[in-house]
Amino acid sequence: MPTTYYTDDHEWIEVEDDTATIGITKHAAEQLGEVVFIELQPEGETFVKGDEIGVVESVKAASDIFAPVTGEILEANAALVETPAELNEDPEGNSWLYKIKLSDPGELSELLDAEGYAALIG
Amino acid sequence: MLKKTPLHPLHLELGAKMVPFAWWEMPVQYPTGIMAEHAACREGAALFDVSHMCQMEITGDDPAAALERLVPGGITSLAPGQARYTQLTTGAGGIYDDLIVTRDPGGLYVVANASMADQDVGLLRAGLPDCTLRVIEDHALIAVQGPAAAALVAGLVPAAEDLRFMQSAQAAWDGQDLRLSRLGYTGEDGFEISLPATAAEAFARALIAGGAMPAGLGARDTLRMEAGLPLYGQDIDQGTSPPEAGLGFSIPKRRRAEGGFPGAARILGELADGPARRLVGLRPEGRAPVRAGVEITAPDGTPLGTVTSGGFAPTLQAPISMGYVTASHAAPGTEIHVILRGKPQPATVTPLPFVPHRYKR
Repeated sequence: MPTTYYTDDHEWIEVEDDTATIGITKHAAEQLGEVVFIELQPEGETFVKGDEIGVVESVKAASDIFAPVTGEILEANAALVETPAELNEDPEGNSWLYKIKLSDPGELSELLDAEGYAALIG
Repeated sequence: MLKKTPLHPLHLELGAKMVPFAWWEMPVQYPTGIMAEHAACREGAALFDVSHMCQMEITGDDPAAALERLVPGGITSLAPGQARYTQLTTGAGGIYDDLIVTRDPGGLYVVANASMADQDVGLLRAGLPDCTLRVIEDHALIAVQGPAAAALVAGLVPAAEDLRFMQSAQAAWDGQDLRLSRLGYTGEDGFEISLPATAAEAFARALIAGGAMPAGLGARDTLRMEAGLPLYGQDIDQGTSPPEAGLGFSIPKRRRAEGGFPGAARILGELADGPARRLVGLRPEGRAPVRAGVEITAPDGTPLGTVTSGGFAPTLQAPISMGYVTASHAAPGTEIHVILRGKPQPATVTPLPFVPHRYKR
C-alpha cells in the first residue's frame, strides 16, 4: 500500500517499500503556470536530501527542484522532458519527475502528510 | 498600499492573478493562461489594462521646442495628432526613461512608464520651467492589440479606421470623450485608448464582448520580447545609451546635426562611430529559457556581456533572449555562449524583432 508524503517545497513522494515516485504538487504546477522546459538528471545519479536535482521553467519563471529525501535515481521521466507542458495536466499522476531508491526511509518521518500539506497551502 | 486602476474590480471578476508591479496591483494573467493570451494578441485581439502608465499633458509656450532640451527625438517636427517614441536622456548619455510623445493642437500628451512616473514628472517640471505639466490621474489607459483590433475598435469608435501607426485623435464613445492612438508595445497593429476612469469598465466590457481576450503583464512581456522592444529597467536604464540599445532610429537627422539634448556628446559620438556594445537578439540552442542576468561569452570564454530579457517565445515555441554584447560580436549569425546554471550553452546572435512587426503604416 503506497503512502504519499509532501514537502514544503511543494513536492510529493509516493513510497512503496524502499522505492518512491516524486513530482511537484498540483498547487505548485498552478502557481508556476504553463511549463515550457524541464531539466532532469540521469538514471544512476545519487543525491542527498536538499540537493538541486532538476529545474522546471514556466513562461514566467524558473523553479529549482530539490531532493526531498536522500537516494538514487532509478528513472527520470523522459517523456515529460520531451513534452514539458504535460506537467500542467497531471502533476500528481502521469507527470511524475523521478522514480528513486530511498537511502534512508527514516527521512520520510520529517515530511508532511496530505493533511499537513493542505494546511500549508491553505 | 498598492494603487488600483479603474479596471481592478473587472480583473478580479475575470479571475486574474494580481501581482504588485511598480506600486500598482496589476493582473499578471487570467485563468486562460499566458500562452492563450499571447496567441490571442498574435491571432485575434487582446485587451491590456495599461492604466498604471503615467499619462501627462504639457502645455505652455511651445512645449515641443522646450521638450527637445530633454530628449533626442524630433518633437517640433511632429504634426498635430502624430506620436513619437523618444527617451529622457541623462547628461552622461544614459536613459532616464522612454516615452511616447503625441503632439496636440494645444500642447503635448506624454505617456511614461509607471515605475518611472515620479522621476519623470520631476525631470519634466524642472526641465520645462515655462510649461505646465498636468498628470492625468482621472483617466484609464486601455490597449487593444492584434490583427482583429482595428475592426473591433472601429465597431465602437469609427474614427479608429482613419488612423495609421503612430497617429492619435480625439473621438467619443457612448457620450465620453476619449483619445485613440494607433500604437502599442506588442509588435501588432492596435490602439491605446485613454478615457475617463468612470467609463473604462464599460468600454473594456464592450471590447471583451466584441472578442478581445483580457491579457496580463505576463503576455505583455512575452509579446514585447518577441517584438524586440526594450523594457525600461531591464534592457535600458541610466547605464545604457540609445545607440547601444538600438534606438538610434528615434533620433532624426536634424537633432543629430544640432545636438542640444542631455548626453548629446556621447550619443552623437556613438551614432557616428558605433557604440562599444550593442543590444542584440539571441536564439539559444535547445529549449531552456535564458533569462535576465545570464552571462554572455565568446565560445573561447571571453566575457561579452549579459542577458537583459529572456524567456520562452510562445509564437516561436523556442527560447529567445535580448542582451548586450561587445560590438565585435553583435553581427547576426555570430555564435556565442550563454552561461546557463554554470554551464556554457551555444546561442546565435539574431536580428530583432524575433517576430515581424505588423503595424498599419
